[in-house]
Amino acid sequence: MGDASTSAKGDLKLSNLTKSFGDFVAVDNLDLVIPEGSFFALLGPSGCGKTTTLRMIAGLEEPTAGSIHVGSTDITYERPYKRPVNTVFQNYALFPHLSIFENVAFGLRRRGIKDVKEQVDKVLDLVELPHLAERKPNQLSGGQQQRIAVARAIVNRPALLLLDEPLGALDLKLRRQMQIELKWIQTEIGLTFVHVTHDQEEAMTMADTIAVMNEGRIEQMGSPADLYDNPKTTFVANFLGQSNLIKGSIESNGAESLVVNLFGQKIGVPRARSSAKDSSILVGIRPEKLRILPEGESTHGNILPGGVISDVSYIGVSTQYQVEMPWGQELMVFEQNDDGIAPLDKGDRVTLSWEPIFTFGLDGREDATAGSEVHVDEEE
Amino acid sequence: MRKATRWFSRNLIRIYAVLGFTYLFIPVLYTFAFSFNNSVKSNLVWRGFTWNNWRNPCGAPDICNALGNSLKIGVIATFIATILGTLIAFALGRYAFKGKGIVNMLIFLPMATPELVLGASLLTMFLNFGFNPGFLTIVIAHVMFCISFVVVTVKARIASLDPRLEQAAMDLYADERETFRRITLPLVAPGIAGAALLAFSLSFDDFIITNFNSGNVNTFPKFVYISAERGLPPQANVIGSSMFFIALIVVLLGQVVQRRRKVS
Repeated sequence: MGDASTSAKGDLKLSNLTKSFGDFVAVDNLDLVIPEGSFFALLGPSGCGKTTTLRMIAGLEEPTAGSIHVGSTDITYERPYKRPVNTVFQNYALFPHLSIFENVAFGLRRRGIKDVKEQVDKVLDLVELPHLAERKPNQLSGGQQQRIAVARAIVNRPALLLLDEPLGALDLKLRRQMQIELKWIQTEIGLTFVHVTHDQEEAMTMADTIAVMNEGRIEQMGSPADLYDNPKTTFVANFLGQSNLIKGSIESNGAESLVVNLFGQKIGVPRARSSAKDSSILVGIRPEKLRILPEGESTHGNILPGGVISDVSYIGVSTQYQVEMPWGQELMVFEQNDDGIAPLDKGDRVTLSWEPIFTFGLDGREDATAGSEVHVDEEE
Repeated sequence: MRKATRWFSRNLIRIYAVLGFTYLFIPVLYTFAFSFNNSVKSNLVWRGFTWNNWRNPCGAPDICNALGNSLKIGVIATFIATILGTLIAFALGRYAFKGKGIVNMLIFLPMATPELVLGASLLTMFLNFGFNPGFLTIVIAHVMFCISFVVVTVKARIASLDPRLEQAAMDLYADERETFRRITLPLVAPGIAGAALLAFSLSFDDFIITNFNSGNVNTFPKFVYISAERGLPPQANVIGSSMFFIALIVVLLGQVVQRRRKVS
């Protein structure tokens, strides 16, 4: 075919993209630019609209409103087979009646390419399964099927490769290995990858840029490190890793930092890292940034005294503590086991402290538990 | 005594299976055995073994004419019913349209209606429309009752087909026609083949509806029914046994092909 749309190249641009099913708005007015050549992850709990977004890009779902462009070509209502887009489906969707070779050659043949052997062999080499060319899909293991699904898509050199929870069906060890391989393949061939997942660790390992989606909208977008260090909403703070969020009120507003009253303790929050809209604030600290010391020992930075250890779990590289604070809230502390000191015990009285620069501030009226219960459910 | 009881309880399922199969196959064996009977007038009493019936299966008057009619009707009715039924099955299995629920139910009706009623009302209808009962009316009647079975069989196969396979084909540059030709049809084909076999055996076998609507055209079941009154010729047993063995071979071949596909 080779018409204008199948050969389109450039950034993927979603503008005001909306999809409703009856009264339910699955994707709500989405605006997004995915630069050419990047590894982009759409991360969110099931039902957040990420898979619907992907299916609209693939052409398997028609948007209710908005537009989709690749470079300057409008593909919003283009048929799926006329898009420069290929998909790796959640359960691979390999054709059961065709050999692995014919599965991989399928897209090439449909585009009228006569001599497919060289390209198919090359991509089977890339995924390290050239010896399986004559087998049928049901004779392959899950990990092998996954690689063939990737091979079948990338052999077409699309402008855009969509991955719909591609590692969801694999066990943990294989998933880790495939994460590294997929990342390697993406760097090797330089295609744009758009990866949909509910697994925050998977998104953080592979993607250059992550968009965290919730209820049809993008909550926040950025590099993995940026999202982790500077969450802007409680949903992102809880969905991406774990966070301690403590309610407080802003007492004074300095040029560099805010002074916040946390149940009587004054602590500092860098002004640039606060998204509080008025004096009500949720102060956030990641568990591994907290120091835990027996009561009475001197420390520095932001300090919260009067905690009692309510639970200790020793997990090798680190120890996880639950600390009950005087106002009844449980905080989580991860301590590296790198100083040769025996872990503290349950019931010990402790003081928590941390460097002010690690503090982030969120709007105090948000739900502090948003995003914390929705973790790793199976998608659909 | 206890030993015998234990042997019995351990082999209960086997005994039950043997009895079950005996019950099922005694009539078939009987038919087969009597195809070798050196009968004179009726084929009810064993009068000694002969190859003559198998050497000359058309020996009884009109039997091969009736068989030929049945085969012709079977092939034509199966062909039409399979195509129409498959199309209906795709419409019902794949698309949402107004009145789908009603169509789904109506499709079952011919299967649930007593054949006598169907046959009699078809005849009334044909006569009212000025059709003379004959070859054509038999084919029309057979297509009608075979369609339901084809729809049900093919629909089950379509329902078990993962729609993502077709989406994957479209994603890989196959347009609607190519997707149907390369993915949908090959994957649904076993269901269609099964439906065609079922339709053929239903058509070949049918007596009641055919008898109403056949006029003076003879079919094999009609031949058997009519001759049974005067004494069934052993050639009918020959043809009956042959049909049984052909069906058996088709089933066995199907199994071999499937097994070979799995191995390769």
